[in-house]
Amino acid sequence: MSTPRRLLATGFAVTLTALLPAAASAQGTNPGNLTVYCSVQEEWCRPMVQAFERATGVRVAMTRKSSGETMTQIRAEAANPRGDVWWGGTGDPHMQAAEENLTAEYRSPRMSELHDWATRQAEQSRFRTIGIYAGALGYSYNTTELTRRRIAAPTCWADLAKPEFRGEIQVADPNTSGTAYTMLATLLQVMGEEPAFDFLKAMHRNVNQYTRSGAAPARAAATGETLVGITFLHDAVTQKIAGAPVEIVAPCEGTGYEIGSMSIIRGARNMENAQRFYDWALSAEAQAIAGTANSFQLPSNRNAPIPPQAPRFENIRLIDYDFARWGSAAERTRVITRWEREVRAGAR
Amino acid sequence: MGALTLARAALLCATLGLFLAPWHGLQDGLSELSAWPGGTAAPLVALLLDGSRWWLWPVALLLALAAPALLRGRAQASLAWIGAGLVLVVFAAGYAIGLNGLNWGWLAPLLGAPPAQPSLGWGALLVLAGGTGMFAAGQAARGRFGADAFVAFLVCGCGFLLLLFVFLPLVNMLSAALYEDGRLAPAAFGARLVAPEAWSLACLSTHQGCGVVWNTLLLATLTAVISTFLGLAFALLAVRGGTRGPISAGAFRAMTILPLITPPFVVSLALIVLFGRTGIVTGFMWDWFDIPRSRWIYGLPGVLLAQVLAQAPIAFLLLDGALRAISPSLEEAASTMGARRMRVFRTVTWPLLKPALAAAFLLAFVESLADFGNPLVLGGDFDVLSTRIFFAIAGARHDPGRAAALALLLLALTFGAFALQALWLGKRRYTTVTGKGDSGLPAPMPKGLKFTCAAVAWPWMIFTAAVYGIILIGGFVHDIGRGDLSFTWRHLGTGFEVDWFDGAPAFIGSAWDSLFTTIQVAAISAPLTAGLGILLAWLIARQNFPGRRGLEFMTMLSFAIPGTVVGVSYIMAFNVPPVELTGTALILVICFVFRNLPVGVRGGIAALAQIDKSLDEASATMGGGAFQTLRRVVLPLLRPAIIAALAYSFVTAMTAVSAVIFLVSARHNLATVYIVGRVEAGEMALAIAYSTVLIVIMLVMVLGIEKLVGRARLGRGSAPTPIRAGA
Repeated sequence: MSTPRRLLATGFAVTLTALLPAAASAQGTNPGNLTVYCSVQEEWCRPMVQAFERATGVRVAMTRKSSGETMTQIRAEAANPRGDVWWGGTGDPHMQAAEENLTAEYRSPRMSELHDWATRQAEQSRFRTIGIYAGALGYSYNTTELTRRRIAAPTCWADLAKPEFRGEIQVADPNTSGTAYTMLATLLQVMGEEPAFDFLKAMHRNVNQYTRSGAAPARAAATGETLVGITFLHDAVTQKIAGAPVEIVAPCEGTGYEIGSMSIIRGARNMENAQRFYDWALSAEAQAIAGTANSFQLPSNRNAPIPPQAPRFENIRLIDYDFARWGSAAERTRVITRWEREVRAGAR
Repeated sequence: MGALTLARAALLCATLGLFLAPWHGLQDGLSELSAWPGGTAAPLVALLLDGSRWWLWPVALLLALAAPALLRGRAQASLAWIGAGLVLVVFAAGYAIGLNGLNWGWLAPLLGAPPAQPSLGWGALLVLAGGTGMFAAGQAARGRFGADAFVAFLVCGCGFLLLLFVFLPLVNMLSAALYEDGRLAPAAFGARLVAPEAWSLACLSTHQGCGVVWNTLLLATLTAVISTFLGLAFALLAVRGGTRGPISAGAFRAMTILPLITPPFVVSLALIVLFGRTGIVTGFMWDWFDIPRSRWIYGLPGVLLAQVLAQAPIAFLLLDGALRAISPSLEEAASTMGARRMRVFRTVTWPLLKPALAAAFLLAFVESLADFGNPLVLGGDFDVLSTRIFFAIAGARHDPGRAAALALLLLALTFGAFALQALWLGKRRYTTVTGKGDSGLPAPMPKGLKFTCAAVAWPWMIFTAAVYGIILIGGFVHDIGRGDLSFTWRHLGTGFEVDWFDGAPAFIGSAWDSLFTTIQVAAISAPLTAGLGILLAWLIARQNFPGRRGLEFMTMLSFAIPGTVVGVSYIMAFNVPPVELTGTALILVICFVFRNLPVGVRGGIAALAQIDKSLDEASATMGGGAFQTLRRVVLPLLRPAIIAALAYSFVTAMTAVSAVIFLVSARHNLATVYIVGRVEAGEMALAIAYSTVLIVIMLVMVLGIEKLVGRARLGRGSAPTPIRAGA
């Protein structure tokens, strides 16, 4: 009897010791704590958190996960929330969280400093989320592969349906990626529903893979695994700056965009600090961090400097993207189901 | 051990829980203890006296009921009822009254509107342990479990833990398949189970893909067959290949362990670097043989390759242990009677390997079913159940009902595999290690077989070396994906920068936090997994008690479920009182222990199948209790299985992704989740550099464990080798 008991006790003690540092670090709470769920690249999450810690003295614990995973986590934790602020990630899941009453209403005093598209996001969600950056949709192609195949450089959406791109286009699967759904919604708005599906069917023959992650096609184009990758342009810029032989295209017919958003989680344990972070993250100096962290989205604060490499909205034909209609769950299910039945199921 | 000792210890434990330890969980850590015996750290007795938890009075009453008889020195069968009552009351009260007051509305007439009740803490844990102990003592006093209180306590304790951490979360999660928009909908359940996305056979006649069930089955079968085959070839060479020849056994072992200690994504990345459309090998083939560049790696072939790279070494570990444990006396008998080497192998060695072969096949099959990392990176359009489930939960179209139905299908596949295994092994005996003296020397392998093994094993070794070469180089060159091979420390620096402040090191690299947590969690969970696993194996294989099959079933359950489902079910089950664990390191430890448990159990059962029960009986005849037999007879003989379980659980705790991706928190992040993030962001080089660091750490740990625990040697050892070498 004595040995298993001793073993149990030892295991118990070891576990306790393991938990101690965590317990200890939770103390000493003068300016308080904050837990941030971050859904942009780690490279950008970290300096943001550090800058906020320096500015306020609040101790921040940050988790980085994709927006889909974060949404799942917030939903699962709804009865007993662990996080305070959800910062970054494409706007749709933020809107969905607002729709499902998972996030809290907050009107920041900095609202007046923001671009219209950012405040419109807030109004549509009854002030439960707000835009912090925007990025246009488009595609990038690998120049080395293009010259090797002697194909004329594509400039429009329509080019992607041409037969010379057979098996050379990569795009994410709208079932798993917000980026791909933005593309569907964009094409439907640019071309109209029926022509858009005709185009998608034609392009389907050229698609070599529907990836699961939205940023994957940009990477594949950068390494030459595919010739064309459809993504948000800022993802492609990141690859280009890393030295990849890619050229970035904002399609000539016009294109849609995402609004990266931020929300405060309903029932946040550190509500005061969450609001402090919210206000700070909307300021020009906080948004200036993006450019130094290899993230080339457009900041939502009108006074924030735009990174020189960022694809500027002035040079892109942006459509008037109807986030309220295309962000709703019913419309999304309808479009994706139709895409699955008529496009994905088709022969290549 | 007597039932009385156990019952007294249990009473003491529960009393401590009642009077001393804080009843509820401490939200802000140990600082709250200063408020003891009041405030949030109050023990149950204080809460009872001030009336704020009056519905827990039964706990104190039950203990008072048990005490008199025990103090007088009598352990009665009625203890079982008292123990069960304790556990039931604590849990029922915990579930009935949660953070928002009353959860079970139908109890309102009885309880009124009680105040909010936070999670259970150390005090409750002690009472629960005491309750389990009393229940076991009561059962032993009734004569169940061979009237052995030690066995009774182990069975009840393990059963309780398995129920709490395997069964409940799963049932909770899977019941989602029955609901549609929050309402019970059996029709939707049926439709989900037979959905064409799972069962379609369209790929046979058209260009469309087949259903995920078929894809998954095909992949798992191929992986299992090839891995078992490769593992067998390696094991035969390692154990029976003789000491001469070019094989240096140490290097050989280290090499075959390599794939096991690799974070899952990295092999996939290396395969892309080698065989992708712009990969190194692909480019070479194009330049020299005009073989056109293609994307064949994205899909079934790539995933299969990556999975076999990961599973063949596990098969090797299992078969190696089994082959070493086969006592050579039967083989010697066969060759004494004039059988040639091939005949000895075919009629003696091979049949004796059957349980291990089945175990290796089953493990590879089930691991392949649950694998998530490789299909994610290399799958292309080839979808399997695990990724489909992940995206049904975390994807753009969130549908927990669909995910639960797919998880059920996956579960069915796994249990189908177990049933087939049982059918194949039948009821034969595979015992060779007996108490009857010395066992002799293993017979060398037949020549033809040895040649075949070498022809299979060595090319695979070269292939493995190439893959690992890529991983080693990849972390230290600018960009291996695009062929920029100039040397750099940059990636390692980003992750593992160390600065010196006032003579103390400051770990400012971005990867340090996750690395420390990972090592901590793995180091805690590995011995727990191995210990619990071997105990369970021993209980299942050697003890006879009601519910044995049920216990075995539950140990295998968590293995059959894909990690994603486990992760989400844990977060759903353990985020709210009474058991609140999310955001702690403890939930990571528990998740790893119960997920890796089956490997320890399977390995233990396979090894026990070869140790004759007469050894146990001899110990029992000489007056040894179950505990003594376990410690002095069974455990020493099980050393190889223990090593395998320790090494395996440490390594999987460091490399698992899918189960923990939802469980990591800001304070407790894990290395693999960090790496997934790097891969997502396209920072392959940093991901590979970090993986190299992990590989080095795991290699050191695995070899260290092996050194520490030692290799079991059954039989006469190597002394007479020179005689055979001359033959």
